[in-house]
Amino acid sequence: MEYLEFTIIALIKVVVIVIAVLTGCAYLTLAERRIVALFQQRVGPNLAGPFGLLQPMADAVKMIFKEDIRPAQAEGWFYNLAPVITFLPALLIFTVIPFGDTITLFGYETDMILSDMNIGVLFFFAVTSLSIYGILLAGWSSGSKYSLMGGLRASAQMISYEVAYGLSLVGVLLLAQTLSLQELVAQQDGFWGMYVWKQPLGFMIFFICAVAETNRSPFDLAEAESELVAGFHTEYSSMRFGTFFIGEYAAMIGVGAIATTIFFGGWRAPFEFLEFIPPILWFASKVAVFMFIYIWLRATLPRFRYDQLMNFGWKMLFPLALLNTMVTAGVRLWLK
Amino acid sequence: MNELKIKSSSDDYVVLTRESKAVPDPGVWGMLRTTVVAIPIGFITVFKHLFRKSVTIEYPFKKRPMFPRFRGLHYLERYEDGTERCVCCGLCAAACPADAIYMEPMENDKGERLAKVYEINMIRCIFCGFCEEACPEEAIFLGQEYEFAADSRDAFIYGKEKLLVTHPRPETTLKQMWRKVRRAF
Ligand code: SF4
Ligand code: SF4
Repeated sequence: MEYLEFTIIALIKVVVIVIAVLTGCAYLTLAERRIVALFQQRVGPNLAGPFGLLQPMADAVKMIFKEDIRPAQAEGWFYNLAPVITFLPALLIFTVIPFGDTITLFGYETDMILSDMNIGVLFFFAVTSLSIYGILLAGWSSGSKYSLMGGLRASAQMISYEVAYGLSLVGVLLLAQTLSLQELVAQQDGFWGMYVWKQPLGFMIFFICAVAETNRSPFDLAEAESELVAGFHTEYSSMRFGTFFIGEYAAMIGVGAIATTIFFGGWRAPFEFLEFIPPILWFASKVAVFMFIYIWLRATLPRFRYDQLMNFGWKMLFPLALLNTMVTAGVRLWLK
Repeated sequence: MNELKIKSSSDDYVVLTRESKAVPDPGVWGMLRTTVVAIPIGFITVFKHLFRKSVTIEYPFKKRPMFPRFRGLHYLERYEDGTERCVCCGLCAAACPADAIYMEPMENDKGERLAKVYEINMIRCIFCGFCEEACPEEAIFLGQEYEFAADSRDAFIYGKEKLLVTHPRPETTLKQMWRKVRRAF
């Protein structure tokens, strides 16, 4: 009986999370188009439904009914597999993210988290790095020069950033002495308890690397429309392209959620008198701020050049992350 | 410093290299300065634009007013009493650089000459307005209309029935002025 209930509750959580994330992705595309339009003093898509709210549906229908073109030189089923490999890890991030406090479901107490792993942060790193394989495979298996360039760039970019990405969180982990995201949230009491105040540099590095990791502008070298047509997904069309697209947005939301959880107190209200607002709303609004910053970034910064990116990753972010880790470790030892 | 050097790395081919870099390497401190000073300024500038009014004219619903001398779709003018101005002299066709005008003449019962067929191929036409300038009778004008998309090539060949106005249009003052100027020469 225990098992059955556990399974049912877990299944419900999975379904809810997947639906929520996919809806979030759909509306993030709309939000991005509208907000970038505002930044550029345009209007953006506003005709499908009120304020263009039905635009994602229209896009989805369009994607599904488009012809699925497959280049003759595409490489076997790797070509089909690649979008899925990019998309799934992005969804997997949400396994370890706590969305709220303990709730009661059918008389059973359960946390609003799919799986409270004690190695949540590690899991996150393991999973996000996987999506690069999808991009690499897509670039290689498309049988197109542009795609190959995109894939190669993505892999080089990943190597330059992954180290700093991992190190940027070590500071927080040293302070928190835990890898569980649930516990990290529990440790951040109130506004001044947020880890971003204790680890500002760590947060900056984490966020920059996260933007690079999700292949977003200004680090969108892998797709670089102006140079590589569309980079790794040049040859993809129809829903396969759509899957890449959803994967990118899901990764954005996932990274935003992780940043919220680790640095901004997750679902907890920053002030006690604001605790009447449900945790899930706090969580969503914090993530929304991150999404806005993502879009703001895209509207502001031009794309990095290939060598600039390498320089930036290895000569700035990596030493800074290392410094941050050392100083934190030193302070931690000294305070003990 | 910036000259091309020819360096032959093997006997088969020659490599051209530039000695200096186009953009100097900013170095770590230069990059740091960019990060700390230039990028925040950029962010603030972009953020300010969020609150500016959009410059979009939502086209199918709102239309941008055309300038009075905008050269749009042609029309053939009539006299006040309703007779056609065009006498099918062919000067417009002669002036047309795109060879877009075709006409066949005929006579009416009073013995006046007029066009039996007068066709403009709107896909060939480049809307230069030379026909308007060449016309001795002030019969053809380029109007304000620009929405004349169609889904077949034949639909773009505009005959008299489409070009000829049913009533003489009230002339704009600017056009009258223009006509006076032209009469003077
Ligand atoms: S506008 Fe120019 S191209 Fe068009 S019909 Fe007149 S003369 Fe020919
Ligand atoms: S439109 Fe004018 S120029 Fe052309 S045939 Fe008629 S009268 Fe002559």
